[in-house]
Amino acid sequence: MSEKTEVNDIDRSLHEEKNVEKHRYKSAKGLTPEVIKEISREKNEPEWMLEFRLKALEIYKEKEVPTWGADISDLDMDNIITYVRPDADLQSDWDQVPEEIKDTFDALGIPEAEKESLAGVGAQYDSEVVYHNLKEEMVEQGVVYMDMENAVKQHEDLVKQHFMKLITPNDHKFSALHGAVWSGGSFVYVPAGVDVNIPLQSYFRQNAPGSGQFEHTLIILEEGANAHFIEGCSAPKYSVNNLHAGAVELFINKGAKLRYSTIENWSRNMYNLNTKRALVEEDGVIEWVSGSFGSKVSMLYPMSILKGARARAEFTGVTFAAEGQYLDTGAQVIHDAPDTTSTVNSRSIAKDGGHAYYRGLLKVTKNAHGAKASVSCESLMLDNESKSDTLPIMKLQTDDIDIGHEAKVGRISEEAVFYLMSRGISEEEAKAMIVRGFVEPIASELPLEYAVELNNLINLELEGTIG
Amino acid sequence: MDKKLLKICNLESKVEEEKILNGIDLKVNKGEIHVIMGPNGAGKSTLANVLMGHPEHKIINGDIEFEGENINQLAVDKRAKKGIFLSFQYPQEIPGVTVENFLRTAKTAVSGEQQSIFDFKFLLEEKMNLLNIDQSYADRYLNKGFSGGEKKKNEILQMAVLEPKLAILDETDSGLDVDATKTVAEGIKKVASEDNAMIIITHHNKILDYLQPDYVHVLVDGRIAKSGDMELAEEIEKEGFAKYKEAALDESNSKSNC
Repeated sequence: MSEKTEVNDIDRSLHEEKNVEKHRYKSAKGLTPEVIKEISREKNEPEWMLEFRLKALEIYKEKEVPTWGADISDLDMDNIITYVRPDADLQSDWDQVPEEIKDTFDALGIPEAEKESLAGVGAQYDSEVVYHNLKEEMVEQGVVYMDMENAVKQHEDLVKQHFMKLITPNDHKFSALHGAVWSGGSFVYVPAGVDVNIPLQSYFRQNAPGSGQFEHTLIILEEGANAHFIEGCSAPKYSVNNLHAGAVELFINKGAKLRYSTIENWSRNMYNLNTKRALVEEDGVIEWVSGSFGSKVSMLYPMSILKGARARAEFTGVTFAAEGQYLDTGAQVIHDAPDTTSTVNSRSIAKDGGHAYYRGLLKVTKNAHGAKASVSCESLMLDNESKSDTLPIMKLQTDDIDIGHEAKVGRISEEAVFYLMSRGISEEEAKAMIVRGFVEPIASELPLEYAVELNNLINLELEGTIG
Repeated sequence: MDKKLLKICNLESKVEEEKILNGIDLKVNKGEIHVIMGPNGAGKSTLANVLMGHPEHKIINGDIEFEGENINQLAVDKRAKKGIFLSFQYPQEIPGVTVENFLRTAKTAVSGEQQSIFDFKFLLEEKMNLLNIDQSYADRYLNKGFSGGEKKKNEILQMAVLEPKLAILDETDSGLDVDATKTVAEGIKKVASEDNAMIIITHHNKILDYLQPDYVHVLVDGRIAKSGDMELAEEIEKEGFAKYKEAALDESNSKSNC
């Protein structure tokens, strides 16, 4: 088994003749500088990026695997290279994509061409056309929207100035890994005062092969700019390489406003260890909308750092943990300036033995007098096998603040199900109705088509719950 | 036309290991209003729950026939579709689900016909007017933040919309002030017709003054100890349940008449 994993490239055809040479790495356990150099060479990167990667690799090797939160002991960290340099053969066969994934594609009505792309097999679905007109309009206004790899070359100064400054390789083992092996992702730059009135959707971007795993998203909004970025889609993303350690860095300058929406639905073998951070300057606004479905394990805690006075953060999130899933999610907000405000509204659902853990942080520094924050986290368990926890941590270093907090953990009420059924509604629909009602405060925040998708996803997750 | 609606024979039930119903016989025909009275813990709410099919209540003996069909094993939602309705003593709060959406879903389920948004809105408006319920309630979350009286009125609204053949009203009048009792009673009266029947579980005679029931039954120790008409209700009002409690201890009264 080890042969296939360490020597092959993402795209074998391009590198077939190099295979002999690469057998040299075969004996090396884990990631080596040679592997990193190879990645960088393929991407034809500037020297500073290679140096950055190599430094991150050193940090990665020193860092311990985190022991809090999710159990990730099944990840083969000694053989991490299998996650980084996948076997191309494994990825290229539609027949090997699990039936449940195919069924879900069908249920969601995903076109054939997209299915293959989402499943990580076949060619990437080419949707450049969709963006053609939009692009022209944006380009005229100086908006940049391109894949991260090209951005490194074409907007080198901007990237160099911001890349992994908000999330550094020193933060944790997986941010270090990300720094060393990142690939693909989106780059968005919106000049001062420009309002991008159409949501930018990463789903329609052509990404480099394998970019679904360690993709880097960097968004910079200059003063007074406005944008909405949508990451992912409701279709499950399948990859045989089951580690996802992406990074999202959002820079929101004075008076700018960014809405960052995500609906993630990873396949059930995925370890989703994602890091997302936003830095918000004076009067700036970050709005997170986050739907976490799928994956085997998720650890995801988007952080908003309110650095400028009157900066504002809003987080609205839904997490759905079904059989065999452990989803450890939550929002982090750091108030570091006067009169900053934040609202966190989280709902989690656990069923069939799934485990949903809310882990949030609210930190108010001594600079943040007059800050206002409210945190509401509720979880709903659909049966007795499922588990739910909430751990909302607060670190308050000043008194002159207004904090509201509410946490609730509950089980779906049999009496409520009986009540609805007594009106002719089936058990399945009764439960779905209660769950939809539970996430209604979140769904009402979403644009209509996403609210519909969210409901579809919930219905799909609930299907077959009733024996 | 066949007037027979409900026939209960020697019905016995338990919750976990506790036996509650001890052999109930009851016949209800269309166009009738039946009242069930009885001391606390006699099994009145249990009877309502067993008829609706509450999963915690197990039938251990006897039969429930609805329109000639045994429904002992029928699921709750299927019973509702057959035309059985229970007005809950403590209606559940369902946050995030509006009264209108809920009732449209329920009406679709019960009638088997898709309810168009506009037609249903019209129907709901009409029923709300009938019951003097403010139109704004349609957009409120089901029972969420409703007062006791509002919840009970909402139950009657549901009954009016779903038009069941048999409505079981479990202490729909309890906890209501005089005015609210009158409103609820008038609402019930408007729904009652020759084509449906009602079983009204109550502690109070007040509501009976409005409804003029055809039959009054006294339920004691999980059994119907006596059946009669309004006079029986008046007697109980004065004298209480004492003599029926004694009678219930006599096992010879326990044989089923079915």
